[in-house]
Amino acid sequence: MKKPANALKERRQMNSNTLLLLITIALFFVMYIAGMIIYTDKGFSTVQTLCNLFVNNAALICVACGMTVVMLTGGIDISVGSLVALDCMVLCYGMANWNLSAPVAILLVLVIGIVMGVVQGFLVGYLEIQPFIVSMAGMFFARGMVSVISTDQLSITADINQAFYNFANARITFPFGATINRQGVAIYPYIRLGVVIALAVLIITFLILRYTKFGRGLYAVGGSEQSAAMMGLNVKRTKMMAYVTCSLLTTIGGICFCMNGLMASTTTADGFEMDAISSAVIGGTLLTGGVGNVIGSFFGVLINGTINALVQTDGRLASSWPNILTAALLCVFIVLQSIFAKIKEKSK
Amino acid sequence: MSKLKKFTQNQLFMPIVCVVLVLLINVVYDVAQGRPFYEFFRIYLSDAAEPVLQGRLISILNRGSEVAILAIGMTLVVSASAGTDISVGSVMSLCACVCCTVLAGDMAPQTTELAVPLIVGILAGLVVGCLCGAFNGFLVANLNIQPMVATLILYSAARAIGLLVNHDFIIYVRNDTFAVLGGYVGPVPTPIIIAAVCIVVALLVLKKTALGMYVQSVGINRKASRIAGLNSTLIIFVCYLICGLCAGVSGVVASSRITSADPAAIGLTFEMDAILAVAIGGNSLGGGKFNLAGSIIGAYTIQAITTTMYNLGISSAVAPVFKAILIIILVVVQAPPVKAFFARRSAARALNAAQKEAASV
Repeated sequence: MKKPANALKERRQMNSNTLLLLITIALFFVMYIAGMIIYTDKGFSTVQTLCNLFVNNAALICVACGMTVVMLTGGIDISVGSLVALDCMVLCYGMANWNLSAPVAILLVLVIGIVMGVVQGFLVGYLEIQPFIVSMAGMFFARGMVSVISTDQLSITADINQAFYNFANARITFPFGATINRQGVAIYPYIRLGVVIALAVLIITFLILRYTKFGRGLYAVGGSEQSAAMMGLNVKRTKMMAYVTCSLLTTIGGICFCMNGLMASTTTADGFEMDAISSAVIGGTLLTGGVGNVIGSFFGVLINGTINALVQTDGRLASSWPNILTAALLCVFIVLQSIFAKIKEKSK
Repeated sequence: MSKLKKFTQNQLFMPIVCVVLVLLINVVYDVAQGRPFYEFFRIYLSDAAEPVLQGRLISILNRGSEVAILAIGMTLVVSASAGTDISVGSVMSLCACVCCTVLAGDMAPQTTELAVPLIVGILAGLVVGCLCGAFNGFLVANLNIQPMVATLILYSAARAIGLLVNHDFIIYVRNDTFAVLGGYVGPVPTPIIIAAVCIVVALLVLKKTALGMYVQSVGINRKASRIAGLNSTLIIFVCYLICGLCAGVSGVVASSRITSADPAAIGLTFEMDAILAVAIGGNSLGGGKFNLAGSIIGAYTIQAITTTMYNLGISSAVAPVFKAILIIILVVVQAPPVKAFFARRSAARALNAAQKEAASV
């Protein structure tokens, strides 16, 4: 008689996490459709608005994927925003002042990202220092290095690097969903290459988390380090690899960010780390580790982006509203999570 | 030998080593620049009509006041809930905005007259700080939400709410009574006095009442403390409340210092400094036992490092790189595996010595 009861409970436990994910996804669609209805006259219902949502948040999607990987192990990485700024600065300064070609510059930032990840991962995994402190140091370091390289606002123009400029400005045009402008010319919606990179990152991360030994190891370590170690997992190495993955994905996000803005300054991507964390939390990833999924984080990013887009489209609201709304949403979600956790505990 | 060992294993050993190191760097630099070695410690009265205390030590104590006040609350929060309150910087800015808005009255962006008595404005700021602390405390203590996630809400919202309160303006309250809080009482800078009062009150409360012990016991094991008869939830809640109050106090001081409320600038990255102060003070961020004196030494150490860097001619933009390297060195030295490594080595050495002695006998 015991077995069926247990199975039932297990199914209910699975459900509460899936339910949160479903709520997140539903919330995004509700918000977006409501926006389309309310702001039709301001052009919110065009396909291009949806494309812009992806174009503007391509970098955040990559970074949120990386953040999810780290959060699954029960850690946190608050250095991602500064790392994005460092990537942008190295790309801009490297191409303008060291005459690097685009592939070399991109390779250089990828190496920087991996080195940051290895150092932070080593400190967290092998030396058992708290992730928050380690990544705080990483944040200061990366932000400081941006200033060491240059305190000016740099930008990439066609004169500086034709190849990167063209790559960043390339459009992938859809053959449908056109809007007719005043001259009567049909304008087809487009996305930029950054979106393709971001979606590729999303799918690859999803597959890695779901089907590889490394991915399952992340969940195991996040669930219980002790059990994972007893099972024979190399906990230290898994943790370190999580930080390397996060920094690598963040660097890819940084490249997307640079392609979108084509400039760099000391304040680039300020507060990006908190956007990434809140996206992941809204998407159902627990900071305690072991629970979460990049699809949730992806919708978390879209919800964040939709709030920004709605406030921008409205135009009458003060600039501080996106922050307040995101925070309120975050509040609702973590309260929901805590209630679900309590129900789960009671059913045990 | 055993005395030395006792001293090096004291929790205050690392913070004190840090302070001494910073002082040494200053002294060496001063001597190298041809200044007398006591330049760093020189305190003198300025030549103005109303002389005030000046000198590098005074400036460190003065500028470090806000972080020192924040460090009090942060130490309690870290100890009781094994997590950090990352909202303190934003809450500081919100409290400053509320305080200045109340003082300015009819939403004039720039005023020299106080619309209400000074105490009302200060109280308004402090009450908002307490409310923010209570909000965080409720989420963490009652709803069992991870401290960092719970405080993430106010981290992003408080600054924005402050901007909303200010109607997107920077509110200037150029009033002498208000400026006193961030200025001078007689020759002594007021922030030093305020910080000293806060520290003394906190130390007295923690030493004379059982609160300090309760906080530590809840931090070490929440469940066991509850079974032993402590109201763990209430204690964690109170810690966050105190942390919010501390943020309120330092927010008011910070706004008085610049006689305005600039939501974007007040308390920026102060949460990081406060957490760092706790960590430098030798307190584990994993909760449990704490040492308030360590945190406060840590807070002033951070300010001393900043002042030293400016003194050495390092620009404020580059300073974070050195801060980062310092943090890493500090935490690596204190990391459990590193400590265990050194402990093993000294044990092996002792064993070796004992074996040699035995052989010689």
